[in-house]
Amino acid sequence: MATPKSRPRDGYPGRALALILVVTVGLVALMFGTGHTTPRLGIDLAGGTSITLTAKSDDPKAINKANMDTAVAIIQKRVNGMGVSEAEVQTQGNNTIIVNIPNGGDRQAAIDQVGTTAKLYFRPVLALAPTGVKATTPSASPSSSAGSGASPSASATGGASATPSSSASKAGRAVTDALKADPTASASASTAPSGSAAPSAAPSAAATPTTPADISAALTQGTVPAELQQQFAALDCSDQTKRLDYQTDAAKNTVACSYDGEQGIWYKFALGPVAVQGSDVSKAQAIIDTQRGAGWQVDLSFDDTGSKAFAATTGKLATQASPANQFAIVLDGKVVSHPYVSQSITGGSATISGSFSQTEAKGLANVLSYGALPLTFEQSDVSTVSAQLGGDQLQAGLIAGAIGLLLVVIYSLVYYRGLGLVSIAGLIVSAALTYAIMCLLGAGIGFALNLPAVCGAIVAIGITADSFIVYFERIRDEVREGAPLRPAVQRAWPRARRTILVSDFVSFLCAAVLYLVSVGKVQGFAFTLGLTTLLDIVVIFLFTKPLITLLARRKFFADGHKWSGLDPERLGARPPIRGSRRRTPATAAAKEA
Amino acid sequence: MSRFGNLGHRLYQGEVSFDFVGRRKLWYSISGAIVLLAAIGLAMGLHLGIEFKGGSVYTVTKPGLTVSQAQDSANKITHDSTALVQKTDKGAIKIQVSSEDKIPASTFIQELSTDLKVPANQINAQVVGPSWGHEISQKALLGLVIFMVLVTVYLAIAFEWRMAVAALVALIHDLLITIGVYALVGFEVTPGTVIGFLTILGYSLYDTVVVFDTVKENTRGITKQNKRTYSEAANAGLNQTLVRSINTTVVALLPVAALLFIGGGLLGAGTLNDISLALFIGLTAGAYSSICVATPLFAQLKEQQPEMKALAKRVAQRRAAEAKAAAEAPQDAEADGGDDDLPAGMVGQRNQPVSRSRSKGRPSGKH
Repeated sequence: MATPKSRPRDGYPGRALALILVVTVGLVALMFGTGHTTPRLGIDLAGGTSITLTAKSDDPKAINKANMDTAVAIIQKRVNGMGVSEAEVQTQGNNTIIVNIPNGGDRQAAIDQVGTTAKLYFRPVLALAPTGVKATTPSASPSSSAGSGASPSASATGGASATPSSSASKAGRAVTDALKADPTASASASTAPSGSAAPSAAPSAAATPTTPADISAALTQGTVPAELQQQFAALDCSDQTKRLDYQTDAAKNTVACSYDGEQGIWYKFALGPVAVQGSDVSKAQAIIDTQRGAGWQVDLSFDDTGSKAFAATTGKLATQASPANQFAIVLDGKVVSHPYVSQSITGGSATISGSFSQTEAKGLANVLSYGALPLTFEQSDVSTVSAQLGGDQLQAGLIAGAIGLLLVVIYSLVYYRGLGLVSIAGLIVSAALTYAIMCLLGAGIGFALNLPAVCGAIVAIGITADSFIVYFERIRDEVREGAPLRPAVQRAWPRARRTILVSDFVSFLCAAVLYLVSVGKVQGFAFTLGLTTLLDIVVIFLFTKPLITLLARRKFFADGHKWSGLDPERLGARPPIRGSRRRTPATAAAKEA
Repeated sequence: MSRFGNLGHRLYQGEVSFDFVGRRKLWYSISGAIVLLAAIGLAMGLHLGIEFKGGSVYTVTKPGLTVSQAQDSANKITHDSTALVQKTDKGAIKIQVSSEDKIPASTFIQELSTDLKVPANQINAQVVGPSWGHEISQKALLGLVIFMVLVTVYLAIAFEWRMAVAALVALIHDLLITIGVYALVGFEVTPGTVIGFLTILGYSLYDTVVVFDTVKENTRGITKQNKRTYSEAANAGLNQTLVRSINTTVVALLPVAALLFIGGGLLGAGTLNDISLALFIGLTAGAYSSICVATPLFAQLKEQQPEMKALAKRVAQRRAAEAKAAAEAPQDAEADGGDDDLPAGMVGQRNQPVSRSRSKGRPSGKH
């Protein structure tokens, strides 16, 4: 309390008050200004499905941040590929991934898809054909993108306008999208329909009468193996429900889909048996080739098994004619990329080059790495909450909070009278700050309010009120000692401050430790607790203390009006000159209040 | 309330005083008994929720749906009668299926929805892998250990190691009691409960720190006098903060109670209930332990210090001398009849002019 002589003894409380009020009003204004007037609600309050995945691995070193991030990127792709909008995938802790899927998406498909181990295979391409060049009305599904006159077939009646692909998530979160075009190296003819289209035996008449005739069958390149013909002909990759993982057996031929981002068309592929397992990839990374100016490319290396298999396969493929000189990199049944091979690649490392953008290259490298991830994911917790139940829980939480607040307000008023008003004002400021910060954090860092977080906020009412009590009781102690109010307020502060800081530090430590080691629900709770503890300190320093200092100058409090809560007589203050009244210690039984 | 307010003042002045520190044997035995009970309860085992065993819970809300109907359809789906069907307070039906049944949730929901004629999206489901609870508990335990180490170090620096030890003992005591109550009563342990347990940590210590702060202040310069032993001074500090402790506890409990009784009452069992129940028990235990366990234990540790032993000796000598003097001089007529047979360790000096307040609470221009 080194106070310069020029200052009044109790400082300038007005400044601190002005500061906190400006900050509070500013935050609230920002909240309204940005339109984020409600916190983002978690799955358990808004309804939806939340899936918790726990990474398991035989190799403990494999559970590291890089691998987890790769896994997140892949799972994100999977979920978004299913047309679920606004799904969130995030890591928590060191071995947990949480997938939140709001209501509306195909929840079951998501649950089934998410967290299954990635199946990454290299398969030789046998044939491919564009699909989705058909007469259809634009479907509402966000991920079905009809070809927009990409193929030269003149009979493409009414090429529907391309709807945005699923990966454009509404919330504007960056989504890596490796399901982009296959940049076949050096403009290979893989996507341009070659004139010598193999006279495919595929019946071009629609095999499934339910879908419109797919006229792209005529554009098939390569030879579809006999056993796949019917399936290949019927497969319409532009139909989201058909884009499944058809790989039943690694040793058999199969069909798959691939999206060509540049042309905005889905292609379908007939593929040979698995040549190389994705798990044989030991490393894949996106690098930029500055020497030859080839731009971004993906370098991958194989382990021993992979090297041998890859060398054999590429040797075979290099001798084939397009499109059979390509190998498809298939992830989860989708062809991610299908580069062609011009020579046998030995030595266990290869480069996939093409007109990649950085994102594409990174995405492909991610996919390839994931194939090598020695991680499997276990669905630890899948919970689905209907919007109804979520609403009920939120309502119950809010009602409980309001009643809890009311009880605290009543208690402070009854016990502290005039001072109680100060604590109520403090609680209001705390509440406003907490609410505004939660709303803004929701928009800023994606903080979602879940049920435990609501609990944390309610519990925090007690913590905040406790700080007031510590200070008030200190002041009253001083008044009991016979100090006039203004000095009492000043003298009580340093001690109350110490107690508040120490105990709040303990609370904050608790919240911080919980936040760092826990996942999911516990984390939401810890976050709220930590936030409110910090706000508690801010409010007591910048609001309660200055306010009391100001009030102490007022007659009502300074004279210890009997409703002020600081009535020296009621507090039993002794006159400053110590009387030598002998006190008699009463036994515990003497007075039971 | 006025009597209570007045009590605060009388406690502060030492006119009314509860001998917390002196009766430590009583508190220790009470706590010991409760902890023993808790241990017995724990030995019997905790009632673990589905999150800890693995399995799935489906909640169906449909007016007029009875438990037996739901049980029938559940049995049909699982082909046995292992499914546990309960009615929650809100008229919803909760069906718990253990993970051994190996029925995918999607199948279960589909069949339930056709069987009970409830739209599938109205059925809430939670499917938990068997190791999830283990995972949560492990993380919680890790957090607990880290927190205890950090907080012990912090309190040792902020106060002194003896306080840290006493606070830690009180903390473990609170946790044991809370978990014991869960075991004895058979409340279900869910991740929400674990959150509650963890919150008790911060809160229990909060209380203890507030009390210790006053004790520390009250015993400053204690060795420079010979009127009070350390324990007596600590007890005086405790009595001064008694009202404060009661108030902070009540105020902290009010919102928790609202959560427990109102949130829970509106919803039936749920996360709100789980968290608040653990908190409610833990906070109550925490308030008790900060006064009756932490402080007496701390005083006991302090009394082991040589200088405190010396102080206690001096105080005893002085009192003996006084007693002798009092025996020679006629007794003061005003003395209370009731305190002739006061136990040792009773606060307040008899037949002494007030001098306690000279050094207490009056910073001599230090601030």
